[in-house]
Amino acid sequence: MTTVQTDPTTNTPLTIGGRSFSSRLMVGTGKYRTNDDMVRALEASGAEIVTVAVRRVDLDRTRDQGILYHLSPEQYFLLANTAGCYTADEAVRYARLAREAGFNEFVKLEVIGDRETLLPDTEGLLVAARELVAEGFKVLAYTNDDLVTALRLEDAGCAAVMPLASPIGSGLGLLNPYGIRTIKRRLSVPVIVDAGVGTASDACLTMEQGVDGMLMNTALAEARDPVAMATAMRLAVEAGHLAFLAGRMPRREVAMPSTPSAGMLE
Amino acid sequence: MNEIEILINGEPRRVPGPATASDLLHHLGLDPRSVVVELNRRIVRRLQLSDTALADGDSVELVHFVGGG
Repeated sequence: MTTVQTDPTTNTPLTIGGRSFSSRLMVGTGKYRTNDDMVRALEASGAEIVTVAVRRVDLDRTRDQGILYHLSPEQYFLLANTAGCYTADEAVRYARLAREAGFNEFVKLEVIGDRETLLPDTEGLLVAARELVAEGFKVLAYTNDDLVTALRLEDAGCAAVMPLASPIGSGLGLLNPYGIRTIKRRLSVPVIVDAGVGTASDACLTMEQGVDGMLMNTALAEARDPVAMATAMRLAVEAGHLAFLAGRMPRREVAMPSTPSAGMLE
Repeated sequence: MNEIEILINGEPRRVPGPATASDLLHHLGLDPRSVVVELNRRIVRRLQLSDTALADGDSVELVHFVGGG
């Protein structure tokens, strides 16, 4: 597979909480039809950061052995989430368990406020973020596309802010490019767009807003061919990032010929 | 052998006792490197597992990493 060569001065690595990562695409590990699909899709995505969740062990062993059975912590940087938590207290509890189970102090903080849309509870999110930052966590906060909440999360000491493209698992794509662009323009910490992309063009368009990276799960897991989609997403994230760095031409309401008008026959 | 009754992941279970958290993992066939133990809502650090005694009525949560987004 060829990788696009770019000016090394512009193609800098992504740094979050003092750690550098080579890939701007992060992927989730949920909902794949088989573990083999997941392993191969992760590989094809080129992702370095992959998300995992904390759940009770199945004592009757009717389910699988846990994700570490399939994922090598040497190969991937495991980012635990607090998915499914509806209060700040619950999210803090899950984050602590994740830190004990895991290999780093990073956590993708989710505090969900609504069961239908899975939109974040921004009040609970801020409370949990402050607590976890105080406990030494590097918090990547899943939030909505609201600038003010993003600014407050940055003030709270979050290592990265993760606004959504659209609701989790919806595949609706980037609903508010302006909101995402504004958050990126105003924040100093990395902005990683999380959730909602459905296909490669969604990812490319999102990266073209100038954000630092993306996290996705369902777009890969529910694709007919997760491995092919993971490859497409890897290329789309890279293409969108490069296009942003390249600087697009202005939009015009009228045509402008690409061919010289001088030298036409009389 | 005596038994103690504790709540494990929300379900009452009788296990051989007296027992430490480490004994419980062994009894359940779980690898302490891949499971985190919470006893009465406090995390038991891995190094403390064999020094942490369980008592009747304790509530234990055993968690690990699963797939997620």
